[in-house]
Amino acid sequence: MAKLIARPATDGLLPIEIGKAILEDAQPQAITWVAPFNRKKSAVSKTLGGFPGPGEVVEVKAGRALSVGPGQAMILGAPLDCEGAAVADQSDAWTVVALEGAAARDVLARVTPLDLRDAVFPEGGTARTLVGHMTASLTRVGPFRFEIMVFRSMTQTLIHELERAMKHVDARTKL
Amino acid sequence: MRLTCPHCGDRDLREFTYKGDALALLRPDETANPQEWVDYVHNRDNPAGTTSELWYHGPCGSWLVAVRDTTTHVTHRTLSLAEAGK
Repeated sequence: MAKLIARPATDGLLPIEIGKAILEDAQPQAITWVAPFNRKKSAVSKTLGGFPGPGEVVEVKAGRALSVGPGQAMILGAPLDCEGAAVADQSDAWTVVALEGAAARDVLARVTPLDLRDAVFPEGGTARTLVGHMTASLTRVGPFRFEIMVFRSMTQTLIHELERAMKHVDARTKL
Repeated sequence: MRLTCPHCGDRDLREFTYKGDALALLRPDETANPQEWVDYVHNRDNPAGTTSELWYHGPCGSWLVAVRDTTTHVTHRTLSLAEAGK
């Protein structure tokens, strides 16, 4: 049987550094979708070490848990299984990239309708929103660092959109 | 225009899709006569004023009912389907 070579979705495309922003791969070891069954949320939360409410990020035993929809979380980190919840391995279905730098927020402001001001989207905040025409999950992991998660099939489109925005933000600073 | 998603909160219109009059939630029961079904399937009011609409928030997958005024563009309130009784 042919031996397949695993490659990351961003292979050969990242990192990209333009002006005061750098775009790099941030793919975790595993991505797991967890949705607790009815009346099982507190049991699941106990098993995992926490469960995020709307817009929250919680550090759990396996890694970082992001709120991604009503009663749903995506856990980025080690693979896991959990009693009392629907669990699906999403590791190969999503791509995670990180945008970092003093210009990161200005770059994102060009491609997402989300309000990115500190008061509305502070460090540790997460949101399902749009990036260009793609639905995405956006998480602010540091004061100048954002993680962006889209369907793996849209990786090149995401990088294209962000690279264009990075170029445009950089061009304006040089006027 | 901004709408309030029952899960995510206040968001830009670009994230939402219009899904028709909220009348769609009021499905007639089995004993309804043909005229009631015609009204449910085909007939919609077009009020200058307060109207209830179904919207879908694509990024998180939530449906909501927006009660808003077509003359002033004020959104009076938004409800999740659970709050709207469905």
